[in-house]
Amino acid sequence: MAEYFAMSGYAAHVWSSFALTLALLVLNIVWARRSLRSARAEARRRFEMEKVS
Amino acid sequence: MSWAWFHRFGSAPYFYRVAGRLTPWFAWPAGILIAIGLYGALVVAPPDYQQSETVRIMYVHVPTAWLSLMTYSWMAVAAAVGLIWRIKVAHAVAAACAPAGATFTAVALASGMIWGQPTWGTWWAWEPRVIFELVLLLFFLGYLGLRGAIDDPTRADRTSAVLAIVGIVNVPIIHYSVEWWNTLHQPASILKSGGPSMPWVMLWPLLVMWLGFTCYFFVIMLTRARAEVLRRERGGSWVRNLLSQDGVAGSA
Amino acid sequence: MTPLPSTFSAAARVLRRDLTLAVRRAGDWLQPVAFFVIVLLLFPLALDPEPARLRLLAPAALWIAVLLSSVLATDFLFREDGRDGTLELFAVSGQSFAGLLFAKTAAHWLLTGLPLALVSPLAALSFGAPAAALPGVLAAVLLGSLSLSLLGAVGAGLTLGLRRAGALLSLLVLPLAIPTLIFGARATALAIGGEDASAALYLLGALAVFGLTLAPLAAAAAVRISLE
Repeated sequence: MAEYFAMSGYAAHVWSSFALTLALLVLNIVWARRSLRSARAEARRRFEMEKVS
Repeated sequence: MSWAWFHRFGSAPYFYRVAGRLTPWFAWPAGILIAIGLYGALVVAPPDYQQSETVRIMYVHVPTAWLSLMTYSWMAVAAAVGLIWRIKVAHAVAAACAPAGATFTAVALASGMIWGQPTWGTWWAWEPRVIFELVLLLFFLGYLGLRGAIDDPTRADRTSAVLAIVGIVNVPIIHYSVEWWNTLHQPASILKSGGPSMPWVMLWPLLVMWLGFTCYFFVIMLTRARAEVLRRERGGSWVRNLLSQDGVAGSA
Repeated sequence: MTPLPSTFSAAARVLRRDLTLAVRRAGDWLQPVAFFVIVLLLFPLALDPEPARLRLLAPAALWIAVLLSSVLATDFLFREDGRDGTLELFAVSGQSFAGLLFAKTAAHWLLTGLPLALVSPLAALSFGAPAAALPGVLAAVLLGSLSLSLLGAVGAGLTLGLRRAGALLSLLVLPLAIPTLIFGARATALAIGGEDASAALYLLGALAVFGLTLAPLAAAAAVRISLE
């Protein structure tokens, strides 16, 4: 098992690349969903302000 | 008939709704395909006789590089549509592509560097494909910078659209660079006449990752585009209806 | 009558404010880094990118890019606050003007100089520097960027609100930056060549300390003159 993770000595290269890519995938989806959530919150705030005025 | 479909997509509420419904249809395949692809890349695929285990980096480098080109193409086409037919939704789609595109390009470059160091003997090589991919990253950053610098949304949309369209020339250059120049990158081994020259056991994880990443891109693009569309619609009644529905049924 | 807050806490507040504002205007401080990359990109395109030659070129290319990016970045150091009157408020606030301006310069360095320093090892790698040289390169650009930010503050103070401030700024700051350029390039060349760069690094540090003591005062004087 340890031998597998060592990747014939290239562990740093292989695992860092995959880690970077995984981070990319996670980050982008989190970021995108946050963008949508904040857009909805902004729209709601505008809607509430319109209701009051 | 086809023009009606086209113009219907340009309507913001329609787009918002349909994009929301389409997203899970891309999200689930993306997750499953990437999971399978990762398994194939890390477990099933054999180490290369020359590159040993580092060949596995191909399974992330190639999909992210492919995605960087695809994202830019979508951005440029959407920008052109928005500019020519003055459809705001198209501009929203273009804006949606940029942050993801920049990150894909950055990871493509970084994974390329990590792969190049043991394979080519150097972290960086000033060769055409690498240089132009770096230029692509700069175009993405320039697009984001331009958008951020202009306050008026319409003007921001149109100026950044011009930038996106101008930069599209980069995409075919990157793609064909391995044919036009003598480069360290190997020539196309998949998209060539005569079919792929890679053994199937190495090829299938790559294709699965490719497809998975493409679906993933659509998830990101649709999500962000919905956010952009919402931000652009000031006080449209459909937004009001949407939000009042939210208040009753909770948000999705 | 409430006593004025100490200079230190006022300066800390200015620092925090600048950093918070900067998060919203990300384009402002990302631009110098992108410019840095573009300038560096031009060198191997203009010359034949033969590895040995690139390695020889690396210190010069790196530091020219650092200098030009720093000058570009300095453009927005005082611009917004000068335009909306915040600097005038600082001047009449009763707090140490030099202290507040130093806080702004510090925030500016964190947003521009520090990123440049962090990217410079990657840049050195791309020009063929060995991995062992990277700490030396990082240290050199870190120290050099400090001096450049401080000098930039003086230049920005002198050119505040002027019409062609950018061009004038480079004319003022670049000659003053020559010692930093010389020692920085020397330190980088030594690091890449595998030799001990500590002497040059100490000199860079001395320049930074010199800047730290005098530049805020000079900048404050310059801004006061510009505000009249």
